[in-house]
Amino acid sequence: MTAPSFTAEPTRRTTHRAPASRRAPRRRHSPDRPRRSVLLTVLMGLTALYALLPLVWLVINASKTQKNLLDSFGLWFSGDFALWDNISQTLTYDDGIFVRWFLNTLLYVVVGAGGATFLAVLGGYGLAKFDFAGKRAVFATVIGAVAVPATALAVPTFLMFSKMGLTNTPWSVIIPSLISPFGLYLMWVFAAEAVPTELLEAARVDGSGELRTFFRVALPLLAPGIVTVLLFTMVQTWNNYFLPLIMIKDPDWYPLTLGLNAWNEQASTAGGQPVFNLVITGSLLTIVPLVLAFLLLQRYWQSGLAAGSVKG
Amino acid sequence: MTAVTPLTTGRRPPAGGSRSRRGRIGWLFVGPFMAVFALVFLAPIAYSLYLSFFRDQLVGGTSFVGLDNFQRAFEDDQFWAAVGRVVLFLAVQVPVMLGLALLVALALDSGRLYGKSFFRISVFLPYAVPAVVATLMWGFIYGTRFGLVGNINDALGVSLPDPLSPSLVLASIGNIVTWEFIGYNMLIFYSALRVVPKSLYEAAEIDGAGQWRIITAVKIPAIRGALVIATIFSVIGSFQLFNEPSILKSLAPNAITTYFTPNLYTFTLSFSGRQQNYAATVSLVMGVVTMIIAYAVQLRGMRKEA
Repeated sequence: MTAPSFTAEPTRRTTHRAPASRRAPRRRHSPDRPRRSVLLTVLMGLTALYALLPLVWLVINASKTQKNLLDSFGLWFSGDFALWDNISQTLTYDDGIFVRWFLNTLLYVVVGAGGATFLAVLGGYGLAKFDFAGKRAVFATVIGAVAVPATALAVPTFLMFSKMGLTNTPWSVIIPSLISPFGLYLMWVFAAEAVPTELLEAARVDGSGELRTFFRVALPLLAPGIVTVLLFTMVQTWNNYFLPLIMIKDPDWYPLTLGLNAWNEQASTAGGQPVFNLVITGSLLTIVPLVLAFLLLQRYWQSGLAAGSVKG
Repeated sequence: MTAVTPLTTGRRPPAGGSRSRRGRIGWLFVGPFMAVFALVFLAPIAYSLYLSFFRDQLVGGTSFVGLDNFQRAFEDDQFWAAVGRVVLFLAVQVPVMLGLALLVALALDSGRLYGKSFFRISVFLPYAVPAVVATLMWGFIYGTRFGLVGNINDALGVSLPDPLSPSLVLASIGNIVTWEFIGYNMLIFYSALRVVPKSLYEAAEIDGAGQWRIITAVKIPAIRGALVIATIFSVIGSFQLFNEPSILKSLAPNAITTYFTPNLYTFTLSFSGRQQNYAATVSLVMGVVTMIIAYAVQLRGMRKEA
């Protein structure tokens, strides 16, 4: 399976800033500054409401005690403001297992997503800037692999890893996270655009070795693409559920996602201790770091993604 | 692999010269990715192919059974019921989600909104929420006990249909998945729209084309590549549906069966049923079905482009 779609769109960036607008007849609202529409804004407001409502629900209900949760209206505060109390309960419940899950998640994200980004940057640069035997085969295999459902690989990977004695260790989650075909593709497109071949040639003529050229010349130019890939692989590893679900049996190695689900199952089981307030507060704590990362790094990932979509 | 130029004397390789040396350096960069890729993608595929030709029984151990597992998969009603369910899901949820995402992207791109960057980030935000948290939140909201649905029932004295009942649970899952991925798809479309040259719309506007005409005749054709890719990703995602039903299962145990989706079925087979050879076969069949459909989407998308 090749992917003609990836190269179907020619690069249109060069025409983007063409001064065609100057030749166009003067209008009050040019395409650059069209008239704003209240109706459209209201419609968008509804969509934003749909997107934000569950998050608002989460924040509100994280401030309620277990008892208040059950007998108050879901979309408004009620009773004592128990957010801080809930947070400290979440962090200390069951000998602070939540903190342990948080640290596990951090380990999986730092090593898994960091490693995935590193491999994707190296590979994307290699594919974009070197001509070598088997390049087309690499492309075809990797793009073909995108269509293979990751979950279809999970069972055989589990069996393989259990033969290798890796299951129930952090490696079983980290190793499969190291591959991001989408990241490789994005870095490839990005490197082709952002790193001028002449610059590399100049560095080589100056006697710079290939690795040195990569780290000193190419890497700084690739920064927005790297941030983008890093954020998206981080989301993937942070949110990973299926892979740890099959690989990890020991709650001490659970990531947050598995831990939260375990609490929820405990709360839903008859006779289990109902800890819905902890499930809700824990959910809130789980999403805060990613939401912050996306908000703070907006400028980088949006420009990286825009570059990646030039050919998409 | 001839002409081994020692790396140390590579002081002054003429640009374009010594292709094989440059070729090896290319592999130096791509190699690490490909090595791990082989371990976590290619090896499991080969291994599941191998597994699918055997059967492991308590009595008699492992034996070669040829294509028996495949035959069983083709006659397995539970498996095909699960496939039918995700196909139905895909036929409804993917168009709704991508349609909404496209509308949001077009609205953002039109420049006619107040507070554009607020809308862009708030619609995108659910993407950063893990499927587990998304499903738990929506599961609680759906709940008739302390969920919003229960609140509305109490407040208005009505009884809304239970979103977690067997007849509605698929639609409820569709809503969760739509919520999670509208923003992601919107961003793909929006980034593609931003690089459509403005001169194209201006030409159309001079010719007297209305906004709607510009959208259908200029903007949508210009981002066809992005539309095809987003469709393929969504199709693959639908076929892989697992997290949402698996997590909702504890809240709606009667509505979600162990073979609700193909993935849930393979999961049950291999971890509760201990039928790993058959589970590997089902995974393979599912992988092939997914690839065929993704390929068909791609062919169709590309044909229109001609």
